[in-house]
Amino acid sequence: MAVCIAVIAKENYPLYIRSTPTENELKFHYMVHTSLDVVDEKISAMGKALVDQRELYLGLLYPTKDYKVMFRKLHNSYTVVMCNPFYNSGDRIQSSRAFDNMVTSMMIQVC
Amino acid sequence: MEAAAAAAAGGGCGSGPPPLLLSEGEQQCYSELFARCAGAAGGGPGSGPPEAARVAPGTATAAAGPVADLFRASQLPAETLHQITELCGAKRVGYFGATQFYIALKLIAAAQSGLPVRIESIKCELPLPRFMMSKNDGEIRFGNPAELHGTKVQIPYLTTEKNSFKRMDDEDKQQETQSPTMSPLASPPSSPPHYQRVPLSHGYSKLRSSAEQMHPALYEARQPLVQPEGSSSGGPGTKPLRHQASLIRSFSVERELQDNSSYPDEPWRITEEQREYYVNQFRSLQPDPSSFISGSVAKNFFTKSKLSIPELSYIWELSDADCDGALTLPEFCAAFHLIVARKNGYPLPEGLPPTLQPEYLQAAFPKPKWDCQLFDSYSESLPANQQPRDLNRMEKTSVKDMADLPVPTQDVTSDDKQALKSTINEALSKDVSEDPATKSGLLPPPPALPPRPCPSQSEQVSEAELLPQLSRAPSQAVESSPAKKDVPYSQPPSKPIRRKFRPENQATENQEPSTAASGPASAATMKPHPTVQKQSSKQKKAIQTAIRKNKEANAVLARLNSELQQQLKEVHQERIALENQLEQLRPVTVL
Repeated sequence: MAVCIAVIAKENYPLYIRSTPTENELKFHYMVHTSLDVVDEKISAMGKALVDQRELYLGLLYPTKDYKVMFRKLHNSYTVVMCNPFYNSGDRIQSSRAFDNMVTSMMIQVC
Repeated sequence: MEAAAAAAAGGGCGSGPPPLLLSEGEQQCYSELFARCAGAAGGGPGSGPPEAARVAPGTATAAAGPVADLFRASQLPAETLHQITELCGAKRVGYFGATQFYIALKLIAAAQSGLPVRIESIKCELPLPRFMMSKNDGEIRFGNPAELHGTKVQIPYLTTEKNSFKRMDDEDKQQETQSPTMSPLASPPSSPPHYQRVPLSHGYSKLRSSAEQMHPALYEARQPLVQPEGSSSGGPGTKPLRHQASLIRSFSVERELQDNSSYPDEPWRITEEQREYYVNQFRSLQPDPSSFISGSVAKNFFTKSKLSIPELSYIWELSDADCDGALTLPEFCAAFHLIVARKNGYPLPEGLPPTLQPEYLQAAFPKPKWDCQLFDSYSESLPANQQPRDLNRMEKTSVKDMADLPVPTQDVTSDDKQALKSTINEALSKDVSEDPATKSGLLPPPPALPPRPCPSQSEQVSEAELLPQLSRAPSQAVESSPAKKDVPYSQPPSKPIRRKFRPENQATENQEPSTAASGPASAATMKPHPTVQKQSSKQKKAIQTAIRKNKEANAVLARLNSELQQQLKEVHQERIALENQLEQLRPVTVL
């Protein structure tokens, strides 16, 4: 159960971000941004030789087995969105209902 | 149909109907509907079906008959309609006033969207209610033609543009003035197609500007659909001027006899004509029907439909079932169908309808694939036909000079040319962009232009630009050939040279065959002719036509030659100039 889900583009701006409205959303946005640092660390740590262009799924930044499935689903949905020729790289992901539905299913159910 | 006693209203709710908030589109739509029903107030309440409310005299009310028909056309079950009429208050007050009517419409929309029939349902944002009229209902209900005249109900047209709505309005009014006693054959074909023309032409006028192919073909596809519909609507004097907003005709159950009958309330079912049209479009993008269209190609194509990008994106999401970024033929048909439906004003479904699923489409329409295969095999056979001919020519002629054409080769090639020309014309008749003149000029190239040494190779390269202009099927073999320069000169170079002639032939428009350069050439060709004349007259004629064409080709080549010579001179001059510059600079650079 996630409280916030975000997809960040290469240029460090969010393509898609959604959080449960009860919390302070700004806090989540900051957290997402700081997590980018961890991603950068990982990439630089891997070294140039090891960077396989196809293996874009870095995996979980922190070991949390519960969320493995969730991240997988996110990644798959993201690739589906990318396959859509009408989606231009760098656009916000606002038109894909499948993506929305998937994210909704993963977010915490706030009654 | 249950008989509803209007007076003994069972379910009239205690409170009055809540205030309605209508969007602009809804407002317009509802008021149109109301006007229609109200306008038909003189249309005879007696024939109205029993479940309608009683008609009260007065201009501000809608007549029961048309109202009931309208409600029935919403394809909701009778029970629901009963509930709706109760809820909207018509039962209570005994007539359909404007308020009641609007509430009823809103409830219909709610019911069609799957919401329960309650007052609360109409408070939220709803799409417009959909009404599908079938002519049969009109026949059954209204045997009296005079009544029909006033009982047309305008279907709310789910379009974002008001212009189209008004245009339909005008069309409607025009048809209203038609005599109701027109024969059914004359009237239905004229009015429904007339009506159909309007939304279709409007919806597709946008398409027309950008994708010219789509509109005429699709429009023609509509016509055959409408004709059978019109002819089957028997009944003397009936004038089923029911307008259908659905993309596919919603035939009532009695119409299932027809081959292309569609199921009521299923706009997502693809008819045969539509299917053929989609397949043709697919072929134009991708000749192999079992292969797929890439995402970018599909994107360019669908963008021509002028739908917004988010909508197209959503349509893609719906139709690309395997999410591979490419569209197979059934996926393409589904996508196309969704686009067409959207352009006609249908809201896009939440999920891919079962009739548009790829498995369903493949199972339902296997036939077009065979046609495609036939077509492909046909076009494939053409280059195959050509190649043996080329080989023939090449084997028989090894001459560098065009003039020395051996006689037997001419016989073979000229006959072949005729045959091939006709076959190519048939096969390529489906090509849209090429004009017949190009095609007729396809084959009669001079036999065997032998492979020339390097200068000719460069010619071929420069002429390679002409290749894109030419038709697809024969050029398939050709386009690969300019790339092969190392291949022995025999076959491939002859083709580009041949191609060169085609546009040249076109350009010259069969100019005079003799020029100074071709004079000696033609003189040389005259020599073998006396021997030819001994042969049959048919061959003679064939040879003479071949000669004429060769002369033309001669002229063309000669001109080309002179042009290239010119270019050569210029290049020489440039080279000289550059060398001079180099000379001047040299003493400076040498240290």
